Amino acid sequence: MKKNLKNKIALIFAVLLLCLYGIFGIPSGVGGKALLTAMSKRIHLGLDLQGGAHLILQVQVADAVNDETDNTVQEIQKDLKKSNLTFSQVFKPDPAKPDVIRIDGTSPAQSNAVSSLLQTPKYASEYNLSGGSDTAWTLTMNPVFESDLDQRTVQQAIDTIRDRVDSLGVSEPLIQEYGLGANQILVELPGISDLDEVKNIIRSTARLEIHAVVGDGSGFATEQDALASVNGVLPPDEEMLHGAGGVEPGVDRVFILQREAIVAGSDIRSATPGVNPNTGQNTANFTLTDEAAEKFGDYTSANVGKYMAIVLGGIVRNVAVIKEPIRGGNVEIEGSFTVAEVTELSKLLRTGALPASLSYLNESIVGATLGSDSIHEGVTAAIVGVLVVMIFMLVYYKGSGINADLALFFNLVILLGIMGLSSALAGAGGGGMTLTLTLPGIAGVILTIGMGVDSNVLIFERIREEIRAGKAASAAVDQGFAHAWVTIVDTHVTTIVSAAILFLFGTGPVKGFATTLTIGLLANLFTAVFVSRVIFEAHLNKLKPGQMVSI
Amino acid sequence: MNWLGWKWYFLAFSMVFSIAGITKMVWNWEHPIGGQRSPVPLGVDFRGGTQVDVKFSQPPDVTAVRRAIEAAGLKDASISTFGPAADHQVLISLPEQTNEAALDTGRAEIVAALQAHYNNPFDPNKGVQAEVVGPTVGHQLERQASLAVLWSMLGMLVYLWFRFQLIYGVAAVVACFHDTLITVGAFALTGREISLTVIAAILTLVGYSMNDTIVVFDRIRENLRISRREPLPDLVNRSINQTLSRTVLTSGLTFLTVLSLFIFGGPVLNDFSFALVIGILIGTYSSIAVAAPMLVAWQEWRSRKGKASSLPAARRPKG
Repeated sequence: MKKNLKNKIALIFAVLLLCLYGIFGIPSGVGGKALLTAMSKRIHLGLDLQGGAHLILQVQVADAVNDETDNTVQEIQKDLKKSNLTFSQVFKPDPAKPDVIRIDGTSPAQSNAVSSLLQTPKYASEYNLSGGSDTAWTLTMNPVFESDLDQRTVQQAIDTIRDRVDSLGVSEPLIQEYGLGANQILVELPGISDLDEVKNIIRSTARLEIHAVVGDGSGFATEQDALASVNGVLPPDEEMLHGAGGVEPGVDRVFILQREAIVAGSDIRSATPGVNPNTGQNTANFTLTDEAAEKFGDYTSANVGKYMAIVLGGIVRNVAVIKEPIRGGNVEIEGSFTVAEVTELSKLLRTGALPASLSYLNESIVGATLGSDSIHEGVTAAIVGVLVVMIFMLVYYKGSGINADLALFFNLVILLGIMGLSSALAGAGGGGMTLTLTLPGIAGVILTIGMGVDSNVLIFERIREEIRAGKAASAAVDQGFAHAWVTIVDTHVTTIVSAAILFLFGTGPVKGFATTLTIGLLANLFTAVFVSRVIFEAHLNKLKPGQMVSI
Repeated sequence: MNWLGWKWYFLAFSMVFSIAGITKMVWNWEHPIGGQRSPVPLGVDFRGGTQVDVKFSQPPDVTAVRRAIEAAGLKDASISTFGPAADHQVLISLPEQTNEAALDTGRAEIVAALQAHYNNPFDPNKGVQAEVVGPTVGHQLERQASLAVLWSMLGMLVYLWFRFQLIYGVAAVVACFHDTLITVGAFALTGREISLTVIAAILTLVGYSMNDTIVVFDRIRENLRISRREPLPDLVNRSINQTLSRTVLTSGLTFLTVLSLFIFGGPVLNDFSFALVIGILIGTYSSIAVAAPMLVAWQEWRSRKGKASSLPAARRPKG
């Protein structure tokens, strides 16, 4: 009984061709060198194998100190009011010293009460109090607390950067603290094609904030006009921001805002882009955290008729009058946003906000962390290992060994092909992530090869068993595949289940391992079972009745 | 061969190595290196260290630099080229403690090592820059990685429960855990450092060990369906023997590949391939000596309690 294998063989060649395209693209030539350069464009190697960009970032920890003292200023005002203590203002006297807070104009009669309030553990654990006179007080952040805050800020920035780089699909970056107490971060990124975009997203502080507008909502034409409105000097608790054509198309307006945000970046839980069906304007719909929703509700009910400004990335995007109290924490704002901006914002919100802004200090190129010499040794050893396995299969399984070796070879082609296709797809703007080959990834390949060989051994041993039991060639092959199939499915599905979980929950090296392993095992199911079967059947078709397969 | 007859020897063997590993890990925990508590020595990935940037006058040879550093007795340095090729720079990372004193020591050690063992002049004052680096693996990453491994073990257990029976899943996961424990124990005992690449090797051996165990279990399930009357110990034993030629072949071939990586793969891949060499030996051993006997022991325990004695032959596979 001869089987028609034409369709199956056509399918195998189609897959093979697609994968070869994935690896090489359309090469400029057929010479070894042309193929190698074509391949290096498609298959991205990780930091450990090829090196990449070496960036040093400075964390502006002063931002975090500023945020902390801003909060404290608010707290102090609240506490003083609650205790019925009079004061004229609580403020930060010097913008260059973000760690100093001053309280002015307290009544001399209440001096003791103020002093003990400011020395409650809540403040005393973070600030040192120095009272100049009976009516003015200065709080300076405790140096121990400040350096601790700096350290936490750097750690939080590292975690955020890692999440962001991961969410961009750059596999296995290297992110670590750099320098001794210098608040610097070293980021190494494998040779990716669009480094600038990644660099921008890493340091993007694109925080969405809502600030109260000082005065009416129309703003000023120039900075001078704006300054004139506050008698030439900007009060320490106010700031000046541009509308940059965002509020009125084509016209830059300048606004004076309260420095302290009504809704800060960290108050926003999520954001989604939308369109207002009536006006056709892009909108950003965001959800506030419970605490912030309450605060925002209180603020809007106390300030109906006043103006608030929506600030994204340091630019005023919209100024709106508060028509009614907004409660519940779901806010829809219209503004000059692009859909891309809101999408990026939602991505950034998912990965958390940077606790402080970052600046790039230094950019350089670094070689493979494993060292080119050891990679060379490793590659040689791996090739020798695979060749030994292939030769052994030929010797031990004779004719069928060709089958196993072809399956193994196809497997590697498919694996590399899918990695190449992923980068071609991501490069063409098709989304998805560029798969990068790293040492953990190669560990996944080793396991794949091991299981690929194992699948063949399982099948061949089974066929031999059937032959020993006296079956004819084609029945023995049928039975052998049928029995081994159950085992192969179980081993592969179990490992794919675990690899998929590692991929979903793991980061960095764990993810790299899981990626190649999952692709490799899927390729294995195809090659070891389907391809190998077709080759066997093509061979059986040629056998004369009574002849045995070579195994 | 009567594998199950050796179960007490197997148990003793596993116990000796597990306990030796655990003991050493506890000892390491009680004797922290550089103020850091850890059951196994950790590499620069986890600990952080000193990064020294050396600018040579001639194009540097990374292999020669590595040899020079090793000749001076500095262990576990990671070396790579740095900056534009015309600058002749090499970046050397040492797992030192992260403080000011270590910074100067690290710098001085590297300067001395290169001057003594590598003939490529550089300016020890202007051409050498040292900087302290933190660990590349933060706590967040450590936590995520271990959670991912736990979840994936659970995933495998659920799949085996669905395809076989709960006890098969439990036995397979216990065998995997046993392998990981002994391999990590081997790192503790030999004083090798755990790095990110070693983590990848451990993930590989978990997959390998699981694969090996399932092949044996699959045969047991198949035999249980064909011959229902055969006593379970005999049947398990027969299944092990039937799959033995496959086990020897596959394990032997994989072992050869990994061994070639261990012997010829160079110093940087040494820890990685060491984990795989140990892992493959133990992974093969555990499917015969841990997972399969556990099935038998479980059935004997159930029959002693007077419950239904037949080990469920698992649901019919749909394949």
